[in-house]
Amino acid sequence: MSKILMKGNEAIGEGAVRAGCRYFFGYPITPQSELTHYLAKRLPEVGGLYLQAESEVASINMVYGAAGAGARVMTSSSGPGISLMQEGLSYLAGAELPCVVVNMMRGGPGLGNIAPSQSDYYQATRGGGHGDYHLIVLAPNSVQEILDLMEKSFDLSDRYRNPVMVMADGIMGQMMEPVELAEEFSVAVPPRPWAATGIKDRGHKNLINSLYVVPEELERHNLELSAKYRVIREKEQLCEEYMAEDAEIMLVSFGTASRISRAVVEKARSLGIPAGLIRPITLWPFPSDAVGRYAGRVKCFLTVEMNMGQMVDDVRLAVQGKAPVYHCGRVGGMVPVARDVLAEVGRLYGGGND
Amino acid sequence: MNKVFTRPKSLKDVPFHYCPGCTHGIAHRLVTEVIDELGIIDTTIGVGPVGCSVFVTNYFECDMFQGSHGRAPAVATGIKRVLPGRVVFTYQGDGDLAAIGTGEIVHAAGRGEQITVIFINNGIYAMTGGQMAPTTLLGQKTKTTPYGRDKVINGFPIKVCEMLTPLDGTSYIARVAVNTPKNIIQAKKAIKKSFQVQMAGAGFSLVEVLSTCPTNWGLSPIEAVKWVEEKMIPYYPLGEYKVPAGVV
Amino acid sequence: MARVTFRAARCKACELCTTVCPKKIIIMSRHINDMGYHPATVEEQEKCTGCALCAMICPDMVIEVEREEKRA
Repeated sequence: MSKILMKGNEAIGEGAVRAGCRYFFGYPITPQSELTHYLAKRLPEVGGLYLQAESEVASINMVYGAAGAGARVMTSSSGPGISLMQEGLSYLAGAELPCVVVNMMRGGPGLGNIAPSQSDYYQATRGGGHGDYHLIVLAPNSVQEILDLMEKSFDLSDRYRNPVMVMADGIMGQMMEPVELAEEFSVAVPPRPWAATGIKDRGHKNLINSLYVVPEELERHNLELSAKYRVIREKEQLCEEYMAEDAEIMLVSFGTASRISRAVVEKARSLGIPAGLIRPITLWPFPSDAVGRYAGRVKCFLTVEMNMGQMVDDVRLAVQGKAPVYHCGRVGGMVPVARDVLAEVGRLYGGGND
Repeated sequence: MNKVFTRPKSLKDVPFHYCPGCTHGIAHRLVTEVIDELGIIDTTIGVGPVGCSVFVTNYFECDMFQGSHGRAPAVATGIKRVLPGRVVFTYQGDGDLAAIGTGEIVHAAGRGEQITVIFINNGIYAMTGGQMAPTTLLGQKTKTTPYGRDKVINGFPIKVCEMLTPLDGTSYIARVAVNTPKNIIQAKKAIKKSFQVQMAGAGFSLVEVLSTCPTNWGLSPIEAVKWVEEKMIPYYPLGEYKVPAGVV
Repeated sequence: MARVTFRAARCKACELCTTVCPKKIIIMSRHINDMGYHPATVEEQEKCTGCALCAMICPDMVIEVEREEKRA
């Protein structure tokens, strides 16, 4: 195991390569462009392909083709580009194709700016394409976790034949941290008997499809998808708890905001405030079990997010009215300041909103 | 003494954010000189791109729209259909027009929309850090063609003027360059014609402007204008590809 | 008679103007402007013909050109 300094954007690429991803179709957009530069160099080294598409709409459709042809494939983008990919994501989910899509979130809505945000949470966890489907959504908070979660994302994607979205932001894409990287790595891509690779050698036809003209059939298909999502909800919720056991005020935070929240919890504890942190690592399925377990035990929950309040809805759903749930954060590319969050924690703990 | 060269009134008197030697500055000036000379600042509406010139919406003093990447011809269509008496133009780069926006430009041209398109071709995506563009030349090294553009992987550069000219909906198609004073003079004539074609109700006009990107080409500004002359113009020949009869 | 004026604060020292002046009188200053560039300038104004090629190629509207128009 060697320890090297790596940039977030590059770790995504290296993590994907080590997970056996050999195809990337994408389009430049700040703040993930360095990922495209890295893969343009790295994929040919492992016999893979980086192809720059003409747009994000084309990218996601190239992903659809490559996934249906049986490859481990990914793309990445940021807000405006992820919005363009929504139709494609709906198709991928409907056709039950595996793939990984990375969103390096930036300020929005519209063109917004290139500074970091977490304002695509709703889009990732509630669709944002049409129809009844879900993406599995993962949220790393360090460069090491990016590397580790990239492998997990491809595994989950294959296991459930569903697109997986990895959510990061402009800070995580740019920051450099030491990571442990194995010298050698081997790749085991599970077989894909459903892929459309040509009837030859298989004997029967495979169809990659999301069209079910007869309503009874589409309903059955949706129920099957729903059953799959139920299993994912039961088995794949993932979060990290920090000082949560005896917490009276529970912070809930993911990604970059969670690093600030962790510092706030430590400082709060030193001031005698029993704060704790639940850090969702899967945003879908949301770790409702963990959050729900603390619902009756804490004074209140506080989400710290870089948006106007999105994950706070999922916390409220998990808490089921047993405790008040508040939100604080910054938007438009601004990053919450620990001092301000601590002040809010102090205010709420002192009965601020009662 | 008389001032024979000053800033156009339609060009806001603020510093440009563009890199040293970036010819967006020249193109902005030519378009605003034309707007001044034709006296149309009050009746002109422009649509900007996403790319280095996303800030064109700040620099031009006429009404401006900021559009999403590649969709300016569609936005311009919406504006012109609602306000046919206004002069509507788009200002787009090579990613905006020739990559993500190919659908929009082909159909605006095919429909013969009465708009003017100023297409800045510098063969690279500069704003996002120097990736390949559809107009990047074969063999050219960019951040996403680190080994040089390979026709097997990335195919051939797209020649926009040649591609759009056969469409019956197009009226005036020209390719110019702004790398030398002689070419700049020709470029301004073409840009002026493209606006006059629209004002005469004579159809869709597009001027492709071969431009420099010293920063992402890894060249000095002086080397960059030479690159346009020696490498780009042979592949993208200058000239008027289509001119409507009896208009200008 | 002609005169060129350089708005030194806006010059980014791309040096394109120095290549087009037919009288070769454009030079880069020794001092730097607030942006850190050596701005282009002309010291031998009397040699300027007011052709304005420099202004034409300047991407940053740094140069203004004045010329005495010959009377018929």
